[in-house]
This record gives sequence, structure tokens and C-alpha cells, in this order.
Amino acid sequence: MGWLRQNLFSSWGNGITTVVLLLAIAWLLSWFVDWAVLTAVWTAPSGQDCRGHGACWALIHEKYRYIFFGSFPYEQHWRPLFAVLAMLAMLILSADRRMWNKRLLWIWSIGSATTFLLMFGQINISSSLIFFLALVIGAGGAVLRATVGSPIEINAWRALAGIGVAGLALRLVGLFPAFTLSIAPFSYVETSLWGGLPVTMILATYGLLFAFPLGILLALGRRSNLPLIKSLCVGFIELIRGVPLISLLIMASVMLPLFLPSGMTIDKFLRALVAVILFASAYIAEVIRGGLQSLPKGQFEAADAMGLTYFQKTTLVILPQALRVVIPPLINTFIGFFKDTSLVLIIGIFDFLNTANQALVDPKWAGFPGEIYLFAAFVYFCFCFSMSRYSKYLETELNKGTRR
Amino acid sequence: MAVESIGSPQHAKIAPWNDPVIRGWVFQAVVVGLVGFLAWFLVTNTVENLARQKIASGYAYLSHEAGFEIGDSMISYSPANTYARAILVGMLNTLKVAGLGIIFATILGTLIGVGRLSPNWLLAKICEGYVEAFRNVPLLLWLFLFYKMISEAFPGPRQALNVLNALFLSNRGLYFPVPAADPIHPWMGLGLLAGIAGAVVLHRWGKQRQAATGKPFPSIWAGAALIVGLPILIWLAGGAPHHMSWPELKGFNFVGGTVIQPEFTALLLGLVLYTSAFIAEIVRSGILALNKGQSEAAAALGLSRAQAMRLVLLPQALRLIVPPMTSQYLNITKNSSLAIAIGYPDLVASVNVTINQTGQAIENVLIIMVAYLSVSLSISAFMNWYNKRIALRER
Repeated sequence: MGWLRQNLFSSWGNGITTVVLLLAIAWLLSWFVDWAVLTAVWTAPSGQDCRGHGACWALIHEKYRYIFFGSFPYEQHWRPLFAVLAMLAMLILSADRRMWNKRLLWIWSIGSATTFLLMFGQINISSSLIFFLALVIGAGGAVLRATVGSPIEINAWRALAGIGVAGLALRLVGLFPAFTLSIAPFSYVETSLWGGLPVTMILATYGLLFAFPLGILLALGRRSNLPLIKSLCVGFIELIRGVPLISLLIMASVMLPLFLPSGMTIDKFLRALVAVILFASAYIAEVIRGGLQSLPKGQFEAADAMGLTYFQKTTLVILPQALRVVIPPLINTFIGFFKDTSLVLIIGIFDFLNTANQALVDPKWAGFPGEIYLFAAFVYFCFCFSMSRYSKYLETELNKGTRR
Repeated sequence: MAVESIGSPQHAKIAPWNDPVIRGWVFQAVVVGLVGFLAWFLVTNTVENLARQKIASGYAYLSHEAGFEIGDSMISYSPANTYARAILVGMLNTLKVAGLGIIFATILGTLIGVGRLSPNWLLAKICEGYVEAFRNVPLLLWLFLFYKMISEAFPGPRQALNVLNALFLSNRGLYFPVPAADPIHPWMGLGLLAGIAGAVVLHRWGKQRQAATGKPFPSIWAGAALIVGLPILIWLAGGAPHHMSWPELKGFNFVGGTVIQPEFTALLLGLVLYTSAFIAEIVRSGILALNKGQSEAAAALGLSRAQAMRLVLLPQALRLIVPPMTSQYLNITKNSSLAIAIGYPDLVASVNVTINQTGQAIENVLIIMVAYLSVSLSISAFMNWYNKRIALRER
């Protein structure tokens, strides 16, 4: 009672506002409940039976599998379903702070392998790719662990990179026979048939995953003392941030084929992913730059005084602190990209919003856009709202140490 | 030995491969070389592909006949005009949507942001619900929803909702009468500009007088009277021409009057509602960041809540609000390119048709990029200037 008086009726003006708002809410709610529940049609053979009634949820009932999974072969729909679940599990596990260590690497490797195996149905790995991966992983491990790993470990990384180089060289001169390791438990489904929620999730998740290292490099480059590198990075970041994502997508769909040597084609889905990665990397770079700027100068100076090289200083002192600060804003960036992936429908990729849109085209069910879009909005809302809540929680959680 | 080397760096001999300056230049040379190689690779491929596919290059096509219709244009345009003019029409439409979007989103966003801080719990919760609902759903989805609702839920032109034979609301848009063109109109526009200038001068003078004598001057009312009054006076002086152009149903659509198209309405509505949710959060956090003493001091001085907000809190919060607001304004401008999805002829839509007709993708994508970059840079330059102007002047 006291609460009511204090928060709703503290003055005359306040009381009037409350009453007016309550009336408006009551009117809207009664209309909505009547439309969405009381007079709604839940199942019907066609849109004709919905005319003159409330919401036509029968349309969702009829089309939900297409909306969620697009043109993926109908009897194989369990595959995108499990791919979505695998990605969800991957994301939810990564949200747990206890997993923020080596386990993260396992979660993402297994999760990604499962996702793409389910979506493609089979994965072909050529020998060149295996050697190339060995080279990248070996070199990466040797560089990243250079200052912290034991000599044996470093030598192991070097050996892996060496195998990669040797294998690639042998492949190049033709001494090593070409072979393809093929894992094919299911029938192959090409990316043009993918659609719905898995497409939206793959574009957002893997777009951001690949954009992240690029963004770190751009942010470091932007704060570098080397004038040429700095101007290259500033130019790239400002160019990308100054133009709409649509122009990049149009560029990826019509210009990228012109950029490549004749005969070489890239899958449309991959082209959209490249555009999303380039776009995301510029925004991530700015977020990370904020984190770098928030570090006190003493951290840089102390690292220099310790005689650390630029590489050691960056990987051991600066980035661990800077990235920690930017995790919440990075999640907000991810929310933004999750929504922005919907733009790929302009170049004809069937993401979740596009499949929802296509479900309206069926003449049997024409005339119920509200129901479909409300349903799609609800799905997007669930994803984005839970992520924004998580970002808020993480912000207070990570600041526990510094708050008094 | 270590003591000696301190303060005498010229003695320290460094091998060239350990000299940070030399290393820096080598490193830069490598990176620039790699980028240059990538550029060279892409350019040679492109030149080769263009030659092979027999695609023309250069901007000669801009002076060719466009041959496509544009549904909404602020300057006269017909399909017989050139591509350059078609693209200009698109550009003006983009600017129109972005400009109106920025104005409305700022007003609505500020109201919602202040509403979230209202002492009325119900109002605060409703504003919070609004923010969460619009922020967490893609803008494109809102655009589709509004567009489809307007074009499918409203009746056709023949069954248009008719208000006094003047307003016609149908799925072709909202038709309403406008005054027929008259030579007095440019003068009325001048009067409006003069009124605005007069209001600004009056406001300054009122402020100065209040600072000098303590007497407040109702500069808002006086300014509003000037802005509205001057054009009306000119209209009366010109003999009050009241000939109107009325919309009429002819065939399948209306002629005469003017129209707000459903595409435009949906685009503006979507942009404003979506962006205002973000602006509300910026305004709220700007006000919350202020010291609580500010609102308490304002209350102690006897200012009402509205006065405290307008005279004490918002001006100070403005310093925190302006930088993130700039990026929201840039977002509105860039997001207006989603017009293409619902068929509103903005810059990207015009250029996209041009790409499909001429096949000259590179030149056209460059046009889009240069156009948006220049608009973005102008907005940032203006907002930076404004930000400097309102910045706290510390002694």
C-alpha cells in the first residue's frame, strides 16, 4: 500500500498519469488477448478459414518448419535442428566463466565440427588443407606459447609447423600424392539450400569469431607508433564504419566475383560471410581500442621497463587486461550483429527473417503478415534479450574486483 | 658499467637488426608490400575479368538515359532523365529520410529516456518495455512489419478511408490537399527563415536581459509567434491566395494533392522507433551519470521537475550524451539504406537498379561508398563542432 502511494500516486499529476496509463493498458491488453488468444485460429487447412477471426496462428503451425530450417531437405530437418542445438550449447557453455580456459578451445572445436558436419552432411579435407592447418596451428602455437611454454612444448609446435611446410612443399613439387580425407556420414546439402535459424546463427557466430582476431590486429595497428601501419588501419576502420552494411553486401555479391582469377568462384554464403567479417572487424577494433585506452599508461611503461618485447608486452600484459574490460561491450556488438545478419536477405540468402518473409508468399496463406513477423520478432527477442541480460550480469560480475 | 650507460645512450651500440627504428621501417615495408601485392592481385584480376566479360568502365554511363521510374522524388524526374539525375534523386530521398529520422528519433528518444527516470513506476516500466522491445528485434523486421501492415491492412484506393473528402487513407498512402503553387510561396519560405533567425536573436537577447536584470523573458512563446506569424503576415499581404489542389480518385489511383507513400511511412516509422530506443538509453545513462546533488540543488532552489530537467539536468547531461548520439545519427543515415528491402527509392535502391542495367558494379559501389562517407563525415564534423561548443570550459 505504501509502495503504491509512493510510486504511483505521489501527487495529483502522478495519480492522473497512472490512471490514464492503466486504462490504456487495459484497453490494449483486452484487444490483444481477444485477437491473439480468444478469437485466434490455431489450426486450419488454409488461410481462408482464418478470415473474420483473430490471429491466424494456423499459419505458423503450417509453416514453422520452413521458417526455422528453410529449404533444407524436409526429411533431414533433424540435422539443422541438432546443429542449432549444438551451437546453442556451445554458446551457453562459453558463457560460463568456469569454462574460460583451455576448455573453451575444446568446446568450440567440437561444437563447430558437429555443426558443420550436420549442416553439410560431409566434410572433405584435402591433403594440402591438412598440411596448411598443421603449419598454421604449429606456427601459431610456437609464437603464442614462445614465452610461457617449456622447451619441449615449443619444439613440438615447431615440429608440427615443419611437417606442414615439408608436406606443402612435397605436394607442390608433386612428390606427395593428392588425397582427400572424406568424412561423409550423411547426404551432402549445399549452402544454397540452407535457411532459417541455422543460417542466422552461423553468420553471426562465425562472422564474429573470425572478425575477432582481425579486430584485435586492427585495434593494435591503430594505436601503433608506425605511421604507415597506423594510417592503413585507421583508413580501413573508418571506411568500413562510414558505409552501410548493405553496400558491403552488394559489393560482396557483385564485385567479389570480379576480383578473383577467372574460373575461381566463391559460394554465395561464403561471400556474405566475408562481408560480415570485414564489417564486424572494424566495429570490434573500435571496441577493443576502447579497452586498450582504458589501461593506465603505467602498464605499458612497466612492461617496457621489464624489457619485454612488443609481442610479449601485448600478449602477456596488455591484451589480457584490455580484453577483460571489453567483454560486455563485445557481447553488445554481438547482439548488434545477430540483428544485422538479417540484411543478407537483400542479396538472396535465406536467413531466419528471409524464410519468415518467404512463408508469406504462399497465396494459400496470403494476408497475415502480422502473425509471422510477431513470431519472428519473438524469436529474435529471446536471443537478443537474454544476451543483453547476460552482458549486464557479466559487467557487474567482472567489476567485482575493482568496485568498493 | 651499468651506471655508466645511464644518461649516455649514444654509447649504446645496437646492431641494425635490433634497432627499433630500423625494425619499424622494415616491418612497415613488409606490411605495405603485402597490402600492395593484394591490391595488385585484385586489380589485375578485375581488369582481366572486365575485359573478358566486355563490361565497360568509367563513368560515361552517368549521362545515358536511365529509363526506370522512381516513385518518390523531390526534384522533377522522368525515366528519360540521365542516370546521374536518377542517382541524385535517390541521394535526396536518403537525405530526406535520414534528416527527418534524426529529428523525430531525437525527440521521441529523449522523451522515452526521461520517461524511464519518471517517479511514476508504471510510466518508467512502460518506457523500459518500449526500449527492450524495439532494441532486441532487427530493424529490418520492423520495416517489413510496418510496410506489410500498411499495404495489406489498409483498403485499396476505391475503398479508401475518406475524411471530409480531403484526406484519403489507402494502401497507396495518405493523400491530402496542398495549396496550389503560387508566387507567394517562396516569399513565405523567406519569412519562415527570417522568423527563425529573429527567434534566435530574441532568445539571446532575453537570456542577456535575464542575466543582467534577473527578469525572465518568455522567449519561447515570442519566438514561436515570430516563426509562425511572419509567413502568415506575408500570406495575408499577398492577398491570401487559398486555391487548393485536392486529391481525386481517377481510375485506379488518386491524382492531385500530395501523398505520403506507405514505403516512406514504414521506413521513417521503423527508423524512428528503432533508433529512439537506443537514444533513450543514451539520454537515461547521461542523466544518471550526473551527481545526485544537481537534482537536489535544483529542487532546493524551488524549480519544478520539468524546469530542473530542462535548465539543470539536460544541459549538463548533454556533454555525455552528444558523443554516443553522434554514432546513433550515423546509424540512422546508414540504416536508411534498408529502404531497398521495402522498395523505397533511396540512394542504394537507385544505384542497385543502375548496376543491374549497366553491369558496372565497381563504379556504382564506389558512388554509394563516397556518398555515404561524405554524409557520415559531415555529420561527425558537425557533431564534433557542437560537442566542442557545449564542452565544459575549465579555467
